[in-house]
Amino acid sequence: MNEITTIRPSSPKDWETDQEVRWCPGCGDYAILKAVQRTMPEIGGAPENTVFISGIGCSSRFPYYMETYGFHTIHGRAPAVATGVKLANPELDVWIVTGDGDGLSIGGNHTMHLLRRNLDCQILLFNNEIYGLTKGQYSPTSREGTRSPSTPFGSVDHPAKPCAFALGSGARFIARGIDVHKNLPSVLKAAHAHRGAAFVEIFQNCIVYNDDVFAPFTQKANAGNQLWLTDGEPMLFAGGTKGIALDVQALTLKVVDVVDGDASGILVHNVRNRALAHLLVEMPFGPFPMALGVIYDDPASTFEAAVMAQNAAASEGKPADLQKLVSKGQTWMVEKEPHAL
Amino acid sequence: MASAVHQVTPAEASADPQPEAVVVRFAGDSGDGMQLTGGQFTLSAALAGNDLATFPDFPAEIRAPQGTLFGVSAFQINFGSVSIETAGDAPDVLVAMNPAALKTNVGDLKPGGLIIADEGEFSKRNLDKARYPENPLDDGSLAKWQLLRLNISQLTMDAVKPFGLGNKEALRCKNMWTLGLALWMFDRDRQPLIDWLKAKFAKAPELAEANIAALNAGHAYGETAELGAQGVGQLHVPAAPVEPGLYRTVTGADAISMGLVAGAQLAGLKLFYGGYPITPASAILHHLARLKEFGVTTFQAEDEIAAIASALGASYAGSLGVTCSSGPGIALKTEAIGLAIMTELPLVIVNAQRGGPSTGLPTKTEQSDLYQAVYGRNGDAPVPVIATRSAADCFDCAIEAVRIATQYMTPVMLLTDGYLQNAAEPWKVPDMSGYTPFPVEFEARVPDEEEAFLPYARDAKLKRPWVKPGTPGLMHRVGGIEKAEGTGNLDYSPANHQAMTEIRRQKVAGIDVPDQVVEQGGPGGTLVVVGWGSTYGPITQAVRRARRQGLDVSHIHIRHIWPLPRNLGDLLRSFDHVLVPEMNTGQLKTVLRDQFLVDARPLNKVSGQPFRIHEIEAAIGAFFDGAPRNEGGTLSADDTQLPNPVAGHDDGSLRGKSSPQSA
Repeated sequence: MNEITTIRPSSPKDWETDQEVRWCPGCGDYAILKAVQRTMPEIGGAPENTVFISGIGCSSRFPYYMETYGFHTIHGRAPAVATGVKLANPELDVWIVTGDGDGLSIGGNHTMHLLRRNLDCQILLFNNEIYGLTKGQYSPTSREGTRSPSTPFGSVDHPAKPCAFALGSGARFIARGIDVHKNLPSVLKAAHAHRGAAFVEIFQNCIVYNDDVFAPFTQKANAGNQLWLTDGEPMLFAGGTKGIALDVQALTLKVVDVVDGDASGILVHNVRNRALAHLLVEMPFGPFPMALGVIYDDPASTFEAAVMAQNAAASEGKPADLQKLVSKGQTWMVEKEPHAL
Repeated sequence: MASAVHQVTPAEASADPQPEAVVVRFAGDSGDGMQLTGGQFTLSAALAGNDLATFPDFPAEIRAPQGTLFGVSAFQINFGSVSIETAGDAPDVLVAMNPAALKTNVGDLKPGGLIIADEGEFSKRNLDKARYPENPLDDGSLAKWQLLRLNISQLTMDAVKPFGLGNKEALRCKNMWTLGLALWMFDRDRQPLIDWLKAKFAKAPELAEANIAALNAGHAYGETAELGAQGVGQLHVPAAPVEPGLYRTVTGADAISMGLVAGAQLAGLKLFYGGYPITPASAILHHLARLKEFGVTTFQAEDEIAAIASALGASYAGSLGVTCSSGPGIALKTEAIGLAIMTELPLVIVNAQRGGPSTGLPTKTEQSDLYQAVYGRNGDAPVPVIATRSAADCFDCAIEAVRIATQYMTPVMLLTDGYLQNAAEPWKVPDMSGYTPFPVEFEARVPDEEEAFLPYARDAKLKRPWVKPGTPGLMHRVGGIEKAEGTGNLDYSPANHQAMTEIRRQKVAGIDVPDQVVEQGGPGGTLVVVGWGSTYGPITQAVRRARRQGLDVSHIHIRHIWPLPRNLGDLLRSFDHVLVPEMNTGQLKTVLRDQFLVDARPLNKVSGQPFRIHEIEAAIGAFFDGAPRNEGGTLSADDTQLPNPVAGHDDGSLRGKSSPQSA
């Protein structure tokens, strides 16, 4: 091709709309919005080929602030709408924005099926462990004992673990990020680079109803509790003084001290190891650090590609002849009226 | 053998001793292949040029326990040399493959009608299951009918002996033996069926041969067994006078599927179908899944909500989104229909209605989702509603639904029902070149620098532009939150909501629907019978008979339920009385009263069975009590003929007879 195709270089500013952002001051959503707007130019995204699809909740206002195509749908159904969008036009870059209530409670079924089908898209699940827009009820990810207007004596149900849920549903890409952390764009870039459904849990602080619920690992002072995973690198945290090792006897993970920078015996991260991914997403915070970054990334064939391939194969050599279609089956010709009435 | 179903006057009957139409019902165990037998018999009648209508009636269970009353599956066909619009009121011939089939169906048989019973199945065990204390073939209880008892089971076993099948497999050929006899009775050609069997069992030629042998044996039995001595002879039902042309049989499900494809092609769009299995709508998903060469993508979603949400997503991306379901599934889709209204995207929602509420009667028919279609959403949420009247009509209605959806950017509800979905009728193959395309024009013009793109700008029809994501320069956001006029930005302000609600109302109210025509009679007169949907057949026949009696009665059948045709109010007011027969408790009646302040009177039936002609005739008669030619005649206002749910007399059959199948 002689002609040079110029990819319009964009800046984060190009991805902003003229709409006033309506999240509470100090909400983690602002940081995520900035991170996404910073990521889009870096991945060479084209606004006209990008669609943000959301459900209902604070996080789901997201599309209004992105200068792309956007669809603010109904509660929990963004994955289903996105499936139709992608099947109708597989060329589109589809991003789903959802929350813990939207994506795991009312829309849990759709999230599960989108992941098992492996539709090529990015799912950003903003987890703040609370229902914000409806004023603070506990959510499916709230920890046991969460006091809220609907659970004045504390919640009693066991919380869902978004990444464990995603992996169990068959996801081929699992990552975690933090709203205000500088690494978020790199996590988003990895998610975008993955062909297939990419599930990203973003710890997002709700300053009004659940402030600092993630502080034990998100606050600067607690950064030692963050385990940032890198493919092919040993799993070190706390400034390289601690690491994750495999307890071979118990088939579990264990925290070990790293002495004099000797990382032998420390597990080396492998993003294609599904068994390891299971261990990492189930790793309880407290005794263990919070696993962050790309936990699992092992692409498989995608749903829309399979559908398109089957559509093409089934249509092969068959002209779209409507007249033939309506004339199908056993037919008979009436030459003239047999007799008058 | 009794003659025709059209026995309105003695004069008419004597004028034409040859039967104009015959009603045959095949009834047997749900594993006996009665639907297949009926379907093949239908084809033979169609190939002989008869007009016809069918009524498949089967239990919800796939394989109900053998021999039980609730496991009976039946298929009724009315075929004739005259115009046929219903599956017929009372059968002339009943084929009963076991005692349960006899018990549940014989009450419907015309006096003097013929029973063909497989006496091989009338064992003590089967009689017990059907709760017959004595064998009805022996105890004289069937005296008012003609009885032809044959050991069909044994005759079939004898016929297929050479093929070395096991007992069970050999008995499976019973339905073909029976069909052979039926084909002989009506002098039908066996060859198309033989060809069909060969194709069906291409991989198991011995099964094909056995079935063909059974078919031939049944036919030969008719020829050689001197059935004439038992009063059973061959009957010739001549071809019906129909418009010349190419014909085929079609079910409503097939016609809707093809109509949706045709509509999408006329609009120049790909078709995306999001569906979830549900009776009786699934047949459309099955059909469309095989039509990929027409740009059709089918998606079996995880639930009803995902089915419609994916279809709406596809519409947003520039395809024609379609979803189909039945009442309970439509209920689940309701919120997404609201989203389609708010985002003003095209979408076709087909509701194959069944008996409700809740799970209701999955395999039985009803028209009780009209309120749901017209009113059943949160907010002021207008949706155009179209109702199909016959299997063949489903084709044009589906095209009409696509036209309205794409030309007005709106979801459209297309109502059909369980009866129409499954019933087959002859269909004159349409000439597709006669349909005018209505190509969609996507918005792609990028506005000038100082001019903003307005996704909620409107044309004269109040339609907003349809922009495909991927179009440069027209990025915009849509969603379920109230939109500002023009820009489509979030706007909760009171004046804006007032204005947008009004715009949405006006857009749908202003849809160009054809003026209402009068099917028979009118405009003006004593009585008009107003129907919608699959009651078309029985109303047509009932009004025809009443008019032959000289009664001043007309028939209006409404296709466009919402918005209603503009001339409908004046039309209705031109009659003294308005009667609305419906398979619900009076839903269209209420809408007509509300919209036009007319004194519409209901005639309701909710037994899961279609109306019978005489039920509507009787209701018509009530408006002409004492009128000349109506004193004690066929159209007497005899309310014992009317459906009476309290007395259990809800299926139009003889009073006091309770149907174990519906119990």
